[in-house]
Amino acid sequence: MTDQLLDNLNALVTGLFLLTAFGIVAMRQTRGVFNLFIIQSILLALSALILGLRHGSEDLYGVALVNIIIKPLILPWLLRITVPEEVYTRREVSQALNIPTSLLIALALAILAYFISQPLLNAVAPEFQGPNVPIGIAGLLLGAFAITVRREAIPLLVGILAMENGAFLSGIAISRGLPLLVELAIATDGLVVVFIMGVLTRAAKRHIGTTAVGELARLKEMAPAAGEGEE
Amino acid sequence: MADKIVLNLAQVLFVIAFSPLAAGVLARLKEVVQSRRGPGIFQPYRDLWKLFHKDEIVSEESSWIFRFAPYLIFIIPVYVTLLIPVLTSFPLFFAFMGDMIGGGFALALGGFFATLAAIDAANPYGPMGASRTRMVGFLAEPVFMIVFFTVSFVAGSTIPYIVQQQWINPVANFFMPAHVLLLLAFLMLILAEGGRLPVDNPSGHFELAMIDESKSLEYSGRGLALVKWGGHMKLFVLMCIYLNVLVAPWGLAGEQSFGAVLLAIPQVLLKIFVFLLVLVIIESSLAKLRLFRISEFLGAAFVICVAAMVSQIFPL
Repeated sequence: MTDQLLDNLNALVTGLFLLTAFGIVAMRQTRGVFNLFIIQSILLALSALILGLRHGSEDLYGVALVNIIIKPLILPWLLRITVPEEVYTRREVSQALNIPTSLLIALALAILAYFISQPLLNAVAPEFQGPNVPIGIAGLLLGAFAITVRREAIPLLVGILAMENGAFLSGIAISRGLPLLVELAIATDGLVVVFIMGVLTRAAKRHIGTTAVGELARLKEMAPAAGEGEE
Repeated sequence: MADKIVLNLAQVLFVIAFSPLAAGVLARLKEVVQSRRGPGIFQPYRDLWKLFHKDEIVSEESSWIFRFAPYLIFIIPVYVTLLIPVLTSFPLFFAFMGDMIGGGFALALGGFFATLAAIDAANPYGPMGASRTRMVGFLAEPVFMIVFFTVSFVAGSTIPYIVQQQWINPVANFFMPAHVLLLLAFLMLILAEGGRLPVDNPSGHFELAMIDESKSLEYSGRGLALVKWGGHMKLFVLMCIYLNVLVAPWGLAGEQSFGAVLLAIPQVLLKIFVFLLVLVIIESSLAKLRLFRISEFLGAAFVICVAAMVSQIFPL
């Protein structure tokens, strides 16, 4: 395969990565958001694989492998055992902003990411100047934006994980290889985050009867009326 | 020269003749998927034949616009057909008369007159549907524009015959992110503009929920036949633009001979059949969006095509 074809394929994968990041901001169904995150992780692994082929780097194959094992396989299992199933069936009807507005702001953030990555790209060797850096930064910003507009616990968690995915997408592209140890460490970290958030979500669900944690304003909740916070 | 004019007219005849067939095949495929028994694939021809032989009733209160609009709705897709590659991958006689933006505006003109005609007859449902169509149209317009601007960024031209060569020259270009994102955005646009399912239900006959259909409520006889045929042709032309200009010019006649063009006809029909299969899958698996969710649907299309443009503007 030629380098140009590989570059284009990588560009395509990163383009789809950007789309999933937009979807995480805008999609209503909790399960849909989580599935989008899994697709995003698979795309991240694909990008690592293509870049590994392109630069002949075993480290990147390792990154792809770790990603494929941890995010689409272990994470859903971990969430399934910690978070009650009914949380997934929720739809988020009251985001902080309506969906077209948040999509437009997300678009502005993505364009901003392209602008701020231009000076960054000048610092790395020409062969590494792919689309990964701007799209990775865009993924980071969109994940942060998702955390600010979302109110349900699981989409908030997905926002944090999407930020991590974005950081990785830029990280794998600016040098010949990310040390495997770093990737393993961060991936384990991610698992711990998911585990803790999952347990917290479960506790929130049991104590206050809702997982719309973005709407919790007081430190100490009064005893909730039946069905409060439900849709 | 004379050959090119003849081929250009043959292209128009192809669209006029096969667009009802595409509509019939689409309806038939939907019936198969939903395990219903319905009319065969030639039903749209029979409908048109029947309508042309019926009397036409025109309200006394309506103006010339009402009588004029069906002819315009019929002729606009024919005009756009002159500009786009339907059967050949080399430019024909009228190819440089207008570009993709011109074609887009011509289609918008047809929509404009259909709206006026719907308001003209003062049927209460007509203006309601017309204003809804305008809403969809206004939301679709920026997507149209940005798709064309991105295409002209890539190809350095907005003439469809030049654009189509860009995606396979070299083949790696086919996988450019801009290309794939554009395909996605334009597919959503076809669904919105063609009045297909997530936006509008083409087979619904409930006046309050109609978007596209309600514009032809007042027409009968020959006028209705022309409006229907124009609608079939509009969808067919949009599919041709999508498949031949934006996806890839595979299967088109490469050399200027009648044999090659004849050979291209089944190949283009096959491409359209594959596209209809995709359309049926989309239509059978999605529910109709509520009216005010349409802005979210087209907002998503807008975001996708701006992402395509951004990935093209910044040289990396």
